[in-house]
Amino acid sequence: MKSLSKFSVLSAAAACLALSLTACGSSSPEKSGVNGATGSEAVTLTVGTFNEFGYEKLFDEYQALNPNVTIEHKKAATTNEARDNLTTRLAAGSGLSDIEAVEVDWLPELLQYPDRFADLKDPAVEGRWLDWKAEAATTPDGKLLGYGTDSGPEAVCYNAELLKKAGLPTERGEVAKMLGTTWDSYFQAGKAFKAASPDSAWFDSAGAIYQGMSNQLEKVYEEEDGTVIATENQQVKDTYKQVLKASTEDGLSAHLKQWSDDWASGFQTGAFATTLCPGWMLGVIEGNAAGVTGWDVANVFPGGGGNWGGSYLTVPTQGAHQAEAKKLAGWLTAPEQQIKAFTAKGTFPSQKEALDSSALLGQTNAFFNGAPTGEIFAERAKAVDVTPFKGTKFFAINDAMQQALTRVDVDKTDDAASSWEKFVTAVKSL
Amino acid sequence: MAVTDRVKPRSPRRQSLPPEGTKGVRRLAFSQQVSKWDVKVSPYLYISPFFILFAITGLFPLVYTAWVSLHNWNLIGGQGKFTGLENYAFVVAQPYFWNAVGNTFSIFILSSVPQVVIALVIAAVLDANLRARTFWRMGVLVPFVVAPVAVGLIFNNLFADQFGLINGVLTAAGLDPVRWHSESVASHLAIATMVNFRWTGYNALIFLAAMQAILRDVFEAATIDGAGRLRQFFSVTVPMLRPTVIFVVITSTIGGLQIFDEPRVFDQSGLGGADRQWQTLTMYIWELGWGQRNFGRASAVAWLLFLIIVLIALFNFLIAKRIASQGGRK
Repeated sequence: MKSLSKFSVLSAAAACLALSLTACGSSSPEKSGVNGATGSEAVTLTVGTFNEFGYEKLFDEYQALNPNVTIEHKKAATTNEARDNLTTRLAAGSGLSDIEAVEVDWLPELLQYPDRFADLKDPAVEGRWLDWKAEAATTPDGKLLGYGTDSGPEAVCYNAELLKKAGLPTERGEVAKMLGTTWDSYFQAGKAFKAASPDSAWFDSAGAIYQGMSNQLEKVYEEEDGTVIATENQQVKDTYKQVLKASTEDGLSAHLKQWSDDWASGFQTGAFATTLCPGWMLGVIEGNAAGVTGWDVANVFPGGGGNWGGSYLTVPTQGAHQAEAKKLAGWLTAPEQQIKAFTAKGTFPSQKEALDSSALLGQTNAFFNGAPTGEIFAERAKAVDVTPFKGTKFFAINDAMQQALTRVDVDKTDDAASSWEKFVTAVKSL
Repeated sequence: MAVTDRVKPRSPRRQSLPPEGTKGVRRLAFSQQVSKWDVKVSPYLYISPFFILFAITGLFPLVYTAWVSLHNWNLIGGQGKFTGLENYAFVVAQPYFWNAVGNTFSIFILSSVPQVVIALVIAAVLDANLRARTFWRMGVLVPFVVAPVAVGLIFNNLFADQFGLINGVLTAAGLDPVRWHSESVASHLAIATMVNFRWTGYNALIFLAAMQAILRDVFEAATIDGAGRLRQFFSVTVPMLRPTVIFVVITSTIGGLQIFDEPRVFDQSGLGGADRQWQTLTMYIWELGWGQRNFGRASAVAWLLFLIIVLIALFNFLIAKRIASQGGRK
């Protein structure tokens, strides 16, 4: 009895402490806003990100502004790794960082569990992001679960040396004109290239082109009510056929699966002349094509604008310092900080104000022949007019689709028709 | 005389004890009770740490997995409604499941068989009188220390389809490149190579330990009988290693059927190829659980894998018993 009562007293005390902490936490951001530096208790905040967010220097800056805050950075190498970590620990109910970065494609499945994430709605951040960016992180009942970080407006990157060899224009503006504004004109230019230079391909993989094209559809795999339409959607079927015709019949694809070792080597060997590139892809190309000259960015994207990728910062409710975490997330995603992250790692802002900043617009990229990347991608971001609806099964179905394309384009173990049949089976088994 | 005297009366006297006096009886009975208790329970107490640990880390997950497999169960959302054997029926009807069973066995055989053979040979070489013996013995364990993911990185460079080192050599020699990531058998071979790279040295050390336990007299006798090194290896070393070989085969069977790391890192998406060319059972569990978030189905596959391993282990055991008894007769 004695030990039991001792235990209950202790746990009651712990609960009180927890309550008072959250109570004091929830009142502080109103006093301080999202940019101020207040609070005196020493807190350690963990931040989980993946790939490159460009936050390393920003963390130092924040710690200097808030001497009571220590930031621990946990960086996963790939988005898949980060997703596994997030879902596993979400399921376990503990072990998540105070701030977790989430990629746009796996956000929908997390929106199903709004209780697991803090509502980040705050008058201080209202209107900070491009509308489509904020909408994607908002639940039907109006909770904001994530602060937008970067976005992925797409342009076309090209290897000018290969175009020159094929006798095609190499100057940015002329290349944009040649590529044209539709997918047909893009493929047409590819045929001209292929005819003159049979040893190289026009683009890297069918999967990449499909990604670009399908991100321009309003509905891809699911209806808003959750019905799966992936296998009946005529637009998906047409896109699939068009991509594979260009890849196999017209021979425009280098048959390299994106992110594979072959693909990475392909940049060195001049295996393909163009690749669709969201802002964040520039760093990847520069890394893979180190020592290769001639890469450039054309201010154009076939079929209108397109967005590929981009992330959010969320605050899981299992964290002990949600208020502080929210403040840090708000600070990190403020336009000024986003510009710094962009300068550091090329993560393109999703904040309205940042898109007009002179620091962004004046940005050029030496590796890409000094292209005015800031200006180009700001224009590309404004050209995005469609953001596809992504439901809870998007991630899994899109994986199956990418595999269907890989079977035909890279593995060559199937033709378009038989691979489609396998895709249908895979979708049915979800 | 003294001995028989002491032995003789024991049992009859004990039986006749009770009527004699209650005090003495109670004391004797109590200590008897304690020692009886001690004899019966203590051994269990001594080995209980293992069983308690096993119950927590082995039995509980096993039973809980069975419970999960009978429900709709989402990774994040948790328990749904009870569905009975529906998950099992669904999984068994999936072509991906049977494909995974086939791949698992194929990779297992391609890795285990050469592994045991090569490990035996390496152990025999290490057992000989070498210069810098410890250096070589440590050396064979180096690959085992390398993390599987790092092994994956290295071998992915070797086995890349278009610009990989091996295909580079093949094409330079005028041969056709092997399509490591699109042909099933080729991908299994590549993965088995990674597995062998890591585990052969480990098994070799186990064999070496067993070899050192063989009495040197036996080899001396064999030498006097005129047996050469090769003959000694096949007629003395291998037969005397039989129990160790059985142990290695069984552990590598269990490990082989649960293979995950190597095929998982064989490409970037980690699902076992666009046509599931090298998806193993554990990868299928992972895909169902972490890809599709369906823990019910993933648990069903986990249990089926458990049953398969039990079956194979039984089969192994029977064969091992046979071999062992044959060895005894010889």
